[in-house]
Amino acid sequence: MARLVALEVHVLTKKVTFSHRWLPYLLVAPQIAITLVFFIWPASQALYQSVLRQDAFGLKTEYVGLANFAKLFNDPLYLQSFYTTITFSALVAGVSMAVALVLAVMADRVVRQATTYRTLLIWPYAVAPAVAGVLWWFLFNPTIGIAAYALDALGYDWNHYVDGGDAMTLIVVAASWRQVSYNFLFFLAGLQAIPKSLTEAAAIDGAGPLKRFVTIQLPLLSPTVFFLLVVNVVYAFFETFGVVHATTDGGPGQATTILVYKVWRDAFQGLNLGSSAAQSVVLMAIVIALTAIQFRFIERKVEY
Amino acid sequence: MSDIRLRNVRKVYPGAAEATIPGLSLDIGAGELCVLVGPSGCGKSTLLRMVAGLEEVTDGEINIAGRQVNDLEPARRDISMVFQNYALYPHMTVHGNMAYGLKNRGMPKAEIAEKVGTAARMLGLADYLDRKPRQLSGGQRQRVAMGRAIVREPAAFLFDEPLSNLDAKLRVKTRVEIRDLQQRLGTTSIYVTHDQQEAMTLADTLVVMNAGRVEQIGPPMEIYARPASLFVAGFIGSPPMNVLAPGTGAALATAAGIERAAGHAVVGVRPEDLRAQPGGPLAVTVRVVERLGATANVHGVLDDGASEVIASLSGTDLPGPGEVMHLGVNPADLHLFDHASGQRLECAGA
Ligand SMILES: Nc1ncnc2c1ncn2[C@@H]1O[C@H](COP(=O)(O)OP(=O)(O)OP(=O)(O)O)[C@@H](O)[C@H]1O
Ligand SMILES: [Mg+2]
Repeated sequence: MARLVALEVHVLTKKVTFSHRWLPYLLVAPQIAITLVFFIWPASQALYQSVLRQDAFGLKTEYVGLANFAKLFNDPLYLQSFYTTITFSALVAGVSMAVALVLAVMADRVVRQATTYRTLLIWPYAVAPAVAGVLWWFLFNPTIGIAAYALDALGYDWNHYVDGGDAMTLIVVAASWRQVSYNFLFFLAGLQAIPKSLTEAAAIDGAGPLKRFVTIQLPLLSPTVFFLLVVNVVYAFFETFGVVHATTDGGPGQATTILVYKVWRDAFQGLNLGSSAAQSVVLMAIVIALTAIQFRFIERKVEY
Repeated sequence: MSDIRLRNVRKVYPGAAEATIPGLSLDIGAGELCVLVGPSGCGKSTLLRMVAGLEEVTDGEINIAGRQVNDLEPARRDISMVFQNYALYPHMTVHGNMAYGLKNRGMPKAEIAEKVGTAARMLGLADYLDRKPRQLSGGQRQRVAMGRAIVREPAAFLFDEPLSNLDAKLRVKTRVEIRDLQQRLGTTSIYVTHDQQEAMTLADTLVVMNAGRVEQIGPPMEIYARPASLFVAGFIGSPPMNVLAPGTGAALATAAGIERAAGHAVVGVRPEDLRAQPGGPLAVTVRVVERLGATANVHGVLDDGASEVIASLSGTDLPGPGEVMHLGVNPADLHLFDHASGQRLECAGA
C-alpha cells in the first residue's frame, strides 16, 4: 500500500531522477551561491550589526542588544519616515493601479489581441528606476523642467525643493510611472481571461458598460488586484531608492524620506551603522510579512 | 407572444473579404421554436448574435415583436440568450445569477425573490440557490442558464448550442425539458445547433443553412421527406441519404418508370427506405454491419463499384461482411436532384 502511494506521488509530481548523485546539487549551486552572496550574507550582516553600537570613530564596537530598535521606535523622525512611506506606498499603488486599469480596460475594448499595445506599454518597465528618476527630475525641475514650466503657465507655482507636497507628488509620479506598464500587463491579461460571453450575458441582462465593469469584470479581477497590490507595495517600500535619490534626496526636510532612503542616509551620511542595520532588519521583516500574505493568498486560490 | 422577422439581413465582418451572411430573410411565428441547423462556420451563431444585438447588422432589418431592433442595445430588445458555455457569473450564487437581469431593471426585491423562486422550482434548482456555479454539475449549470433566461419573461429566447457541453444521455433528457418548457411558456425561440437529430426533434420550423444562405425552411418532417437539395438530403437524416452513381441511379429510375432521370439527374435513397429483397435491383457487397439494437446499418458497395451504400435494416437475419445482398426500394422513395445545381427535381412518375 505504502509503496503504491509512493509510486503515485512519484508519477504525479513527475519526479526527475538523476543518475549521478552530485549532478542535481551542481545544477542548483549557482543559484544558491548568488542567494548566499547577495542575500543571506548581507542579511545576516544586517542582523549582526543591528545589535551592535560603534563609536563615532569606528574604533570601538559593543553589543547593545535591542537598544538600537528601542531607540528607533522612540525616534519621531523614524516614525515620521514610516508614515511618509505608508502614504507614499498607498499613493504609488493607488495611482499606478488606477491608471493601469483604465488603460487596460480601454485596450481590452479596442483590441482583443493587443500585442502592439502590450509591447509599447511594457517599455517603461525596462527603464532603470534611477534613469526614470532623472527623467522626471528634468521634467519637473523648477528652473529648466518643461512640466514645471507648463504648470507655471497654468498658474501653479511648482517647486519641489520647497514644497513637501510637490516633492511627494514628484516621487509618486516618478515611481508610479514605471509600475503602470507592469500593472497594465496583468490587468489586460486578467481582463482578457474573462470569457467574452460573460460581458455579453450581462449586456443582455441590462447592465450598461460601467455596471458591467463594476459588477462583473472587477470582481473577477479581484485576485489580480490583490496580487498587484502586494507587488506594488513591495515595490514602493523597497525598490524606490533610485527614484528618491535622483529626484528629491528625501527633502525638502524629511518630506520624502522614505524608509529605504533613510537606511542609506543614516548609514552613509549619518554613519550610524547600528541604527541603519536595525532599520534594514525592520524592512526585512516587512517584506517577509508581505510575501507570506501573498503566498497564503495564492494557496487559498481565487475567492469566487 | 411575438414574432421575429429578418429582412435581407446581411453580415460582413470588418476586414472580411466575403459576406458571412449574404442576405437572409426569415419569418418566425409567435410561440414558434425555430431551429437553425447547418455545418460549422455556416453563420448560425452570427445570425443569432445579430438578433441578440451582440453583433452589428451590416444591412437589412430585424424585427422582434413588430419593433425594428437594428439599433437597439441587447438589453432593450427584450430577449434572453442561453450560451454554449452557459456564461454564468462565477462570483454570484445561482440566485444571484438569475436575479441579476431583474435587479438591473430595478425590480423590487420581493418580486425578484418570488420570480427566481418560481423559476428555480420549475427547473428543480430550489435547493441550489445559494451555490456558486462551480459547485454545480454540468446539467445543473445548464438549467441555471435556462433559469436566467426565463425569469425575465422575454419576448424571445435565443439558444446557441445550449446542449453541446452535456453528455449524450443528458443531452436527450434536457432536449425534452427545453421543448416542454418552451411550449408551456409559449415563447418564440431561435435555437442553433449543428446536431441534426436535436434539430429534427425540437423544431416547429427547421432552417437548414449552408454558407450563410438558407437551403430550406419548413417543418422538420417535410424537410426530411422532401429535401430541397442534395446538401439538405445529406445533412438531414442519419445515416445520410445514399447518392447513387449516375448509371446505377438512372437504371433504377428507369426501372421505376421515372423518365427524367435519364440524363441529368442524381438519384438518392434514404438508408431506411432500402429493404432486403431477394433478386432486388441493387446488389451490394457488404463491408461492415453496425448493430444498433432495433435496427442495423449495413455498409456496402454496389456492384457498379462506384456507389457506397448504407442500408438501415431491421430484423436479425443480416448478412456478414463479404456477402452479397440484394436490396430493393419503393419508387416513391427515390429522390431526384439536378446533376448541375443539386436542386430537387419533382419526379412526375412517382
Ligand atoms: N468576430 C468575427 N470576425 C470575423 N469573422 C468571424 C467572426 N465570427 C465569426 N466569423 C466567421 O464567420 C463565419 C461564421 O461563423 P459562425 O460563428 O456564425 O459559425 P457557426 O455556424 O456558428 O459555426 P459553429 O457551428 O462552428 O458554431 C465563420 O467563417 C467565421 O470564421
Ligand atoms: Mg456557433
